[in-house]
Amino acid sequence: MSTTASSLAQIGKSVVIKGELSGSEDLYLDGHVEGSIALKGNSLTVGPNGEVKASVDAKGVVVQGKLEGNIQASDRVDLRKSAVVTGDITAQRISIEDGAFLKGKVDIHRAEGK
Amino acid sequence: MKLFRGSSGPETIPSQGSQKLTRRSSGLGELSRSWDSAENLCILDLGSTSPTNIRHFTGNGHRIYSEDLLTASTDPELATKDELGNPTLDTRKFLAENLVYPAAHFDVVLCWNLPDYLAEDLVKPVVGRLWSVLKPGGMLLAFFHTRDAGPDSPCHRYHIVGSDTLEMQKIVLRREAPRSKGSAQHTLVDGFKLQRVFNNRHIENLFRDFASIKFFLARDNIREVLVVR
Repeated sequence: MSTTASSLAQIGKSVVIKGELSGSEDLYLDGHVEGSIALKGNSLTVGPNGEVKASVDAKGVVVQGKLEGNIQASDRVDLRKSAVVTGDITAQRISIEDGAFLKGKVDIHRAEGK
Repeated sequence: MKLFRGSSGPETIPSQGSQKLTRRSSGLGELSRSWDSAENLCILDLGSTSPTNIRHFTGNGHRIYSEDLLTASTDPELATKDELGNPTLDTRKFLAENLVYPAAHFDVVLCWNLPDYLAEDLVKPVVGRLWSVLKPGGMLLAFFHTRDAGPDSPCHRYHIVGSDTLEMQKIVLRREAPRSKGSAQHTLVDGFKLQRVFNNRHIENLFRDFASIKFFLARDNIREVLVVR
């Protein structure tokens, strides 16, 4: 894992992780992760080579690769056209590009007052 | 290690550059009238992932489940042989991996044209499973081609763009061809083939476990069917 000067942690495509990932900074994930990912208040981006088999709890989630697991986002979820997601999504907002694959539930919970 | 089942399998893509057609749907109109006054409905969309449909239902405060059964039915691991050695599909495996929901879970199921294009072995088991996951009083909308539509009727994806208006997008099935020595991997493009044409009696028989059935015949050789559990 490397951290750039702009405080974005990155997991490269050759990296394989099994276990619980948690952090207090944004994460760009292009490798293989199995387990759970907790980034409350921060964003997760699954890169085009990323393969995630984990539950995700983050502020924002962008998926360009593959994700198998439930996504809990306090803000927004973006599924790009190359995304393959199997699992339920709970978020305040969601954006899905044409071509993205989703097998699961979408549940939008808007924050009170918005 | 393969993390994802079928990760190297075919994918369904909207036909690039194809014209999107709109059509008025009486069945959808009747459904819309029922859900416009309802809150927090639980809806199952059995077409390929439609951002339009997801936006439509979540924007109205409902929960939507998306499950592309046609693409799932093309999983090569479903192929098997029956007791006579004839090729068939493993229905038990299919239902173990798809449409796995609690009983009486959904208010609405959108089948679209699924029964027309789904493999023969899967049609009745899938309808049986849909009956069980629908709430009593829940509704299912399905489209069936008439004989006049012709055997080469393309498979479309339906996007909800109005209370009784659908946008139709032709679906193609893209699969990766195996890479041969010295050549690049190329993409095969295929389409879903119309498997059968149901007549009214066949449709009534297919949905015989449902409480009521209503037919809407449209000018574009599509018969819309709205059934209530």
